Amino acid sequence: MTDLTLSRRHALAFAGGAFAASTIGRVAQAADANSLLNVSYDPTAGLYADYNEMFADYWQKKTGVTPKLSYSHGGSGAQARAVIEGLPADVVTLALAYDIDAIAKTGLIAKDWQSRLPDGSTPYTSTIVFLVRAGNPKGIKDWGDLVKPGVQVITPNPETSGGARWNVLAAYAWALKTYGSPDKAKAYLHALFANVPVLDTGSHGATLTFTQRKIGDVLLAWENEAFLSIKEAGAGSYEIIVPSLSILAEPPVSVVDKNAAKHGTTALATAYLKHLYTPEAQDIIGKNFYRPRDPAAVAKYADQFPKLQLTTIKQFGGWQQAQAKFFATGGIFDQVYGNGS
Amino acid sequence: MSASLSAPRAQARWRPHSILPGFRPTFIITLIWLGAMVVGPLGVMLWFTAGLGWSGFLAIISQPRVLGDLWVSLWTAFTASALNAVFGLLVAWVLTRYRFPGRRIADAMVDLPFALPTAVAGIALSTLYAPQGWMGALLAPLGLQIAFKPAGIVVAMMFVSLPFIVRTVQPVIDDLEPEQEEAARLMGASALQIFWRVQFPAILPALLTGLTLALARCLGEYGSIIFIAGNKPMVSEILPLLIVSQLDQFDYQGATAIGTLMLAVSFLLLFAINLLQAWVRRRHGG
Repeated sequence: MTDLTLSRRHALAFAGGAFAASTIGRVAQAADANSLLNVSYDPTAGLYADYNEMFADYWQKKTGVTPKLSYSHGGSGAQARAVIEGLPADVVTLALAYDIDAIAKTGLIAKDWQSRLPDGSTPYTSTIVFLVRAGNPKGIKDWGDLVKPGVQVITPNPETSGGARWNVLAAYAWALKTYGSPDKAKAYLHALFANVPVLDTGSHGATLTFTQRKIGDVLLAWENEAFLSIKEAGAGSYEIIVPSLSILAEPPVSVVDKNAAKHGTTALATAYLKHLYTPEAQDIIGKNFYRPRDPAAVAKYADQFPKLQLTTIKQFGGWQQAQAKFFATGGIFDQVYGNGS
Repeated sequence: MSASLSAPRAQARWRPHSILPGFRPTFIITLIWLGAMVVGPLGVMLWFTAGLGWSGFLAIISQPRVLGDLWVSLWTAFTASALNAVFGLLVAWVLTRYRFPGRRIADAMVDLPFALPTAVAGIALSTLYAPQGWMGALLAPLGLQIAFKPAGIVVAMMFVSLPFIVRTVQPVIDDLEPEQEEAARLMGASALQIFWRVQFPAILPALLTGLTLALARCLGEYGSIIFIAGNKPMVSEILPLLIVSQLDQFDYQGATAIGTLMLAVSFLLLFAINLLQAWVRRRHGG
C-alpha cells in the first residue's frame, strides 16, 4: 500500500512537472521577437494552419527571417480571459468583438482597436446556417420549422460560447421580423430552446453531439463549421439549409498592443493581421469556408456561399448593448430558462 | 479537510515540548504550505466576494438559476456518493477478502479514475451512454436515457468518486480481526448477523470518511460532467458550470459569489458528516 501511494504520488508530481514545463516552454517560445502567438477560437484551426504557412513564406521573402508562428484554440470567451490573465498573445482572432473589448478594458489593447483595420477589423465573415441530416428528414426550411414539436435543435450555450451568441441573435432577428413584436420574438426563443435537448459549452462540443452522438435533427452552426462537418463526414452525410434571414457573423482580429510591444513583435503582428486582407490570404479564407471580403475572392467562391438576407450586430446596437440585453444575468436568454428579472 | 476535522480532538493550546525534535521548522513549513495551497486561493475568492457587499452577494446567490443549479449539484452528488458507498463497499470487500485470479489488476483499476483526465472520462462516458452508444443502446428500449440527462451527471460523479470509498474502506476491512468473527460464529451468530452486528460497525467510520471525500469530489467535479450532462439550466446544469459561464462573460463578481456559496455549502455538509462520524466513533468505541 505504501509503495503504491508513493508511486502514485511520483506519477502525479511527474505529470504536474511535465505540464508546467510545457506551459513554460510555450511562453518562452512566444516571448522571442521573431515568434508570434495567435490566440484564436475553436473553428479557425484549418484557416490559420494554412495562413501561417503562407504568411511565414511571405515574411521570409520580405525580411529574410522565417517567423515562428503558433496559435492556440479554445472557446472565444475563455481565450480572451486567458489573455487578460497573462497568456502572452501577440494577436487575438476571436469570435466576437465583445471578447476583444473585454481585453481592451484591461488596457492590453487600445480602445480604438476595431477602427485600426478595414471592415471593422474583421477580414472574414460567416453566417449562421442549419446543418441537417442527409435528405432533411424533418423537412426543415426556415427558423419557423425549428419550433415544431418533435424537432430537436442542437446549439451550444450562448453564455459559454461566443459563437452561439450569433445563433441567438439570428433567431431573434428572424422572429422579430416575422412576428413583429419583441414579446413574440422572446416567445419564439422560448419555444426554440424548449426544443434543445443538450446545451454544450462550445461550438465544437455541439458539433460532436450532432455528428458523433447523433443527437438532434438540426445543428445551428457557423457556415464554415457546417462545411467542415460535411467535408469530414463525406458528401451526402449532411445538408446545409440556408434560412431566409440570418446574421453576418464578424469575427474580429487585433494586435495585443502591450504584449507585442513587450515581445518586440509589433511590426510582425501588425503585418500578420494586415496580410489577411491581401488577395492570396482572402483566397485561403474562402478555401477554409469563411466568407472573404475581397471582391475577387467573393466572385471566386460565389457558388459556395449562397446570397441571403443578413442582419448585422449594428442593428442590435453593437455588442455591448446586445450582451447586456440578451446574455447578461437576467437578460433575455436567462428569462427563456425562467431566471427572469 | 476531513482529516483535520476528524482527528482526535486536541486541546486548542500550544503543547509544550514534544520529545521529538523539529517542531518549529515543520510547523512553519506547514503554515506556509497551507497558506499557499489552501488559504491563499480561497482567501482571494472571499476577498473578491467581500467587494460585493452582503446585499450584492445575496442578490446573486438568490437567483432562481443559482439555487436551481445548486439543487442539481447537491442531489446528484448525494445520489452518486450514496450509490458508491454501497457498491464501493462491496468492491472493497471482494478485493480484500477474496483471492481470485486478476485480483491485483482489478485492485489497480480502482485507482484509474484518479489518474485519467476527467475530460477523457466525460467523453468516454457520454460516448458509451449516448442513445446510440453501447450502453445507451441497451438502455434505450427500456425507456432509460443516461447521457444528456441528470442521470448522466450521477454516472460521471460515481466514476470520479469510486476510488475514495474503496481506498478508505479497504485497510479497515483488511484489519478486521478474524477472532471476532470466529467468536461470533461460535456464539451462534448467522453470517448476516456477523456482518451487520460485528463487522459493519467497525467499517462504518471509515465508510463515512470515504463518503465525505466522495461527496466533496462530486460537488467539485466539472471536467467529466459537462460532457455527459445536458447542461440545461436548472435541470441538468451543475453549479460549477454556471461559475464558468459567468467567467466566460467576464462577470468575475458573479462567479466568485457563486464560488463562495459553493464553498460554504460544501463546508457545512462536510462538517455535518464529520460530526456524524465523531458520534458513530464514540458510540461504537471506534
